[in-house]
Amino acid sequence: MVLNSILFYFFAALAVGSAILMVTRRNVVHGAVYLITTLLATAGVFLLLQAEFLFIVQVILYVGGIMVLFIFVIMLVNLDISLLQYQFNRQRFVAAVLALALGAQIFLAIKMGQKSLFPQASVPEILPKNTEAVADALFGHFMLPFEIASILLLVAMIGAVVMAKRRV
Amino acid sequence: MSHFITPSIMRLVLPVLYAVVIVAVLPLLAGYIVLMERKVMADMQARLGPMRVGPHGLLQPIADAVKLLLKEDIIPEKADRLLFWLAPLVSVTMALLAYAALPIGPAFQIADLNIGLLFILAVSSLGIYGIVLGGWASNSHYSLLGALRSAAQLVSYETAAGLGLISALLLAGSLSMRDIVIAQYDQGMWFIFYVPIGFFIYMVGSIAETNRAPFDLPEAESELVAGYMTEYSGFRWSLYFLAEYANMIIVAGIATTLFLGGWLRPFASFHDHLPGTPIELLDALPSLLVLGVAAYCFFLAPKQPVKIQKLVMALVGGLCLAIAGILAGSLFASPAVLQGVHGAFWFMAKVFAYLYCFLWFRFTFPRYRFDQLMRLGWRFLIPLALVNLITMATALLISREWGWSLRITSILAIVVTLAVAMWLAKNDQVDSAVPVAEGE
Repeated sequence: MVLNSILFYFFAALAVGSAILMVTRRNVVHGAVYLITTLLATAGVFLLLQAEFLFIVQVILYVGGIMVLFIFVIMLVNLDISLLQYQFNRQRFVAAVLALALGAQIFLAIKMGQKSLFPQASVPEILPKNTEAVADALFGHFMLPFEIASILLLVAMIGAVVMAKRRV
Repeated sequence: MSHFITPSIMRLVLPVLYAVVIVAVLPLLAGYIVLMERKVMADMQARLGPMRVGPHGLLQPIADAVKLLLKEDIIPEKADRLLFWLAPLVSVTMALLAYAALPIGPAFQIADLNIGLLFILAVSSLGIYGIVLGGWASNSHYSLLGALRSAAQLVSYETAAGLGLISALLLAGSLSMRDIVIAQYDQGMWFIFYVPIGFFIYMVGSIAETNRAPFDLPEAESELVAGYMTEYSGFRWSLYFLAEYANMIIVAGIATTLFLGGWLRPFASFHDHLPGTPIELLDALPSLLVLGVAAYCFFLAPKQPVKIQKLVMALVGGLCLAIAGILAGSLFASPAVLQGVHGAFWFMAKVFAYLYCFLWFRFTFPRYRFDQLMRLGWRFLIPLALVNLITMATALLISREWGWSLRITSILAIVVTLAVAMWLAKNDQVDSAVPVAEGE
């Protein structure tokens, strides 16, 4: 179980570290690469929790799909101009309050949770196949919300197409 | 000594061994696929192809590899050094990582994940970052355009190829590569016969995903010099090359596993023992085939012009003889050994047949224009894949609910899908005949 914890801290450090690097890079493409690393590290945490379907969905959707489009768009932008622009918003006060609130929340969570750095196993060795479990949940129990969400996404997609067309 | 080798250690050691074998053999294999490509091209153009290095150019890949390693490694002055360094590594790592779940025979598989197919698809789709970042980091217009084309192409065709795969997944009912092959054994039919249109869609999509002709726009030499690889040279360039060929084997492996029965031999569900022996006639076929190749090599050996070439040809013949010996010897071994050795043979045979089709298309079809490529992907392949998926799901439902034979319902599904395909193609012609007047 110590190995699990070590792996968790590795992925967590990777995720947090590259998230910080992502925000502080001046070069947008470097920022995107660090975001990819963050997403992959988060996927690693999913895998540690034996949620292999979530892991693979994270990799396929976020890393393999959305981030490719991100980079695609970034490459079309003229980086020379964006490098000269001011990188941060002037909302430090709001940000500080939010950060404090979030920090307090995390602190509480840690305080209420397990005290040990290397917790005992909380995940059973063998879980039911979670591809089937996710499918059962989506198409069985949560059928209606799932369909509503997909229609919402479809509407958004059509809206984007309509607005992107110059004159209709 | 032997009590150290417990099953739990074997469970760790064997996959590591397989991984080492794959990483070691793959560059060699890629080199020989390049040779095969040049030979096939030469044959289709009524030439001989490489003939000088070794008999019939058999040592050409080794000469090429040495040349590539000794070439000067150039990094452009204004390139983004970190990403320029990272990009080829990403490409080749992702290409190699995908082999972790590929079953080369029932025994030769590094890990049988229960999300195997998704894992391979996810990891090989990450290879695009190598291309995109490399193209951007080169700080060159040709490279950037090549990278942009590549990203657009991959995103468009991944959808179609994935939908093509799902039609076969419906029949298998599992994402584990091993279970997919076993499902084909149990149903007594390769899935290509149930969903030929799914196979066709996947094939077109996989050609586009691996940036092969006729969809090799990211590296179209007449327009973009070499696309995203323009600024790369020497070893880094050869890494991209290795990644491309490794990806070709991966997509061929996926197609083999899902549609062509994986490691199963043809007619795997029929068992016809030769009189008096436990050997089946079809199991004897591989060793006879390789024996034939060996005999041909020995026949050619004395005809080589130089002494060293005679020797090498004889060596190749000896190698084939050894392989034939292994294949024949496993006939008399336990069923597990037989399945393992012959499974690997059939898997590789199918992979190479699929790769041959890649080469065949490359030298047959002219390159698409970029708008034609996008039109084909979005307006023909994706709708067709969706229709194919729906008809196949309906066929499966009918055969389950009403007890009809799946063979009949799948033929009905194919007919309906073909009708829709013809309608789509007709519509597309009408559209492309009229000059596009967008937004009027």
